[in-house]
Amino acid sequence: MSDQAVAEYTVARGKAKSFYPRYERKSELQHQTHFCPGCGHGNIHKMLAAAIDELGVQDRTIMIGPVGCGVFTYYYFDVGNVQAAHGRAPAVATAMRRSRPESIVISYQGDGDLSAIGSAEILHAANRGENITVIFVNNAVYSMTGGQAAPTTLLGQKSTTTPNGRSPAAGEGYPLHVSELLATLEAPVYIERVGLGDNKQIAQAARAIKRAVENQVRGLGFSLIEVLSPCPTIWKQTPVEAQHWVRDVMEKTFPLGVFCDRTKERGPQALERLAARAAQPEPALADLPRILGVAEEDLPEGHAHAIAPEQTVDMQVRIAGFGGQGVLLLGEVLAEAGLDAGLEVSWLPSYGPEMRSGTSNCHVRISREAVDSPLVSAPNVLVAMNEPSLRKFDKSVRAGGWVIYNGSEFPSDCRREGVHVLALSFTEMADAMGDKRAANMVMLGAALEIAGVLPQASVAAALRRLVKNPRWVELDERAIARGRELFKESLAAV
Amino acid sequence: MKKQLMKGNEAIVKSAILAGCRAFYGYPITPASEIAEAAAEFMPKTGGVYVQAESEVAACNMLYGAASAGVRAMSASSGPGISLMQEGISYMAGAELPCVIADITRSGPGLGNLGAEQSDYHQVVKCGGHGNYRTIVLAPHSVQEMADLTALAFDLADRYRNPVMVMADGFIGQMMEPVEFPQTATRPHLPSWAVAGTAASRGNLITSLYLDFDELEKHSRALEAKYKLAEQREARAEEWLAGDAEIVLVGYGIVGRILKSVTAQARAEGLKVGVLRPITLYPFPVVQFERLAFNAKLFVVVEMSNGQMIEDVKLALNGSRPVEFLNRMGGNVPSHEEVLRFVHELARREGLAQQISDRQSSGKQTQNEERMAHV
Repeated sequence: MSDQAVAEYTVARGKAKSFYPRYERKSELQHQTHFCPGCGHGNIHKMLAAAIDELGVQDRTIMIGPVGCGVFTYYYFDVGNVQAAHGRAPAVATAMRRSRPESIVISYQGDGDLSAIGSAEILHAANRGENITVIFVNNAVYSMTGGQAAPTTLLGQKSTTTPNGRSPAAGEGYPLHVSELLATLEAPVYIERVGLGDNKQIAQAARAIKRAVENQVRGLGFSLIEVLSPCPTIWKQTPVEAQHWVRDVMEKTFPLGVFCDRTKERGPQALERLAARAAQPEPALADLPRILGVAEEDLPEGHAHAIAPEQTVDMQVRIAGFGGQGVLLLGEVLAEAGLDAGLEVSWLPSYGPEMRSGTSNCHVRISREAVDSPLVSAPNVLVAMNEPSLRKFDKSVRAGGWVIYNGSEFPSDCRREGVHVLALSFTEMADAMGDKRAANMVMLGAALEIAGVLPQASVAAALRRLVKNPRWVELDERAIARGRELFKESLAAV
Repeated sequence: MKKQLMKGNEAIVKSAILAGCRAFYGYPITPASEIAEAAAEFMPKTGGVYVQAESEVAACNMLYGAASAGVRAMSASSGPGISLMQEGISYMAGAELPCVIADITRSGPGLGNLGAEQSDYHQVVKCGGHGNYRTIVLAPHSVQEMADLTALAFDLADRYRNPVMVMADGFIGQMMEPVEFPQTATRPHLPSWAVAGTAASRGNLITSLYLDFDELEKHSRALEAKYKLAEQREARAEEWLAGDAEIVLVGYGIVGRILKSVTAQARAEGLKVGVLRPITLYPFPVVQFERLAFNAKLFVVVEMSNGQMIEDVKLALNGSRPVEFLNRMGGNVPSHEEVLRFVHELARREGLAQQISDRQSSGKQTQNEERMAHV
């Protein structure tokens, strides 16, 4: 049709402003789309562009393109464009909408993209109630790759990978009803299936698509419009036959209708969310160190002066016991006290799955010099809170070192020349003080007394930083003092 | 400056936020979970976004979205999760999107176990995704470096518009050491290429799709030029008593720490041993290897893997010096004692150390084998 011929008609509805006037990102034929004659994408693109125009959100709109025939949304839509990996558009949309709360994010996906490879992403974006709009184009096949079966392929429908027609008996399953499935969730606001089977259906599709975008503009939450869309090329039909097939065949498997509509009840919530966001502005940059707990002025002064500069410090401590005996805390208090005293420290835990009856151990190094390896393979103090832990590590203790063992009977086969032993039932001692769970702190007291390095002020400061409950701080302080006494008593006894 | 005791995993998050990171997409996995937990606590308090994704596949594609929107964003995981993130990393490299991903490594293959290994080297440094791309990889060996290198990672990611990985073994993630942070925070400006849902950014496009062969080749050559520039400018390594070393021990992460303690003892025994610790695994610090090769008789690579970095060491030395190898796997760590014994053997073989007696090198073999308990 020549330009002159066009001029003889009154343009009732021109090309949407949200389309590029000319598709310059295409390498050729920049005046037309890449879609086949009779393809539904062209119609759906038009409806979407019209909705963006009518809602006045072109500048704010971000279109997420899928993999498949819809991949080139950025050829046509004059909006912000991001092309996503196959099926992942809802994940990409989630992040964009959350980081740019003023934007309008539209995830445009086909049925291979959304209902197969991206089934997890769409389910969870819907379930989180992301404030995004999803346009789900369902033509019951993988079109761009040449007509393979999709989760949405109809029963009996032939495709290149269901050459005999899709059959549950052949293990090919049933058509996946995405809209019905997502409508079982509590979070989505609006889910509707529409078709392009005739003009009446098309008019309803346009209304639904606009509504889904409008819901997002109003901040209501997740909306999805499933569009049954013809693919004459792959279906091997004429455009007219394909359109009728949507209405006469596809619709029987995928009935049209609204599956979920919570727009009314979500309105007030959306307003509340907006108000809450406005009331909570982003904190000033200068406040971030304080918020993160790393502001220097908030850190304790410590007791670095308490240790004589000439005193050598080389504590290599291994602490081991059952999970729940406070092994890691014992080590933390030690390391924290070392830092408080102005020394170089490291604390390294063994770690594993959170499960019952596990054992636990940690390495602590406290030194004047920078700690090279935080692994303590030859400790000068071993704190063994039970017999298995003793047997695991006792042979690693270096000559001249100490084993502090939680048990009055020290196994005779673990005794070694040149290694000192303090074996007492620390659990009983702690129990007598009020709580057997303080056994770790009694043992810590003994270890501190043996090492004779860390000032008590640093130990007390460490304890107060790590133990929040004042009742426990008080008990732990007594337990540490008791441990120190027990060691001194044991020396006196020798 | 005053320091505080902190886990490596926590230091990553605090440093990231100070560096302007305002989005974190996570999925729990031992031994990286503390990163997600700290992000869940601090992102909302600092005006950022935290989402626990349904999988690492989704988490990485959320990163793609946040990066597309021009936000400094990060995620963290461990081996099995990093495997799942390879798709998103390839797409981000292709679309030239900056992001930071921390890999707190554990043991594999498959479910392996939770102990620390360095067996993610191939998939992280050589890039486990499809296509012609590289990621810059930083390898901290202390909690302080977890903080410092995370901040650097965001700068490098922006400078090269490319994903940057911070790869640390489970020990570095789990251990606590004194650490200090900058007392000022950064707010990065919105990049001009970002798709931010604004009038100014309306014409922008983020894609890794180049249908035309010549255009994709041009794009790949542009990426290649970018990586070459990074190779010239960004390679980093720590040399520790290495200048006159006849035996150069090579290791990164926790192994670098062990090698330092071995070196201290070997030096005390009169052996000229030193450490070369790569800090960037890509770009690999080739120049430092070439320089140390002047004095060194041999290089010793120590890894907690089946020998993945050793390939890069051999390429860097290009046959100029012999390369020996010591490794442990399965969550086991090469102990100070076993590395020292290995050094003694090599020194004797090379005639560098008549003074090393048999007593020093052969005692306590089985007793001191370090075996971390991973329950």
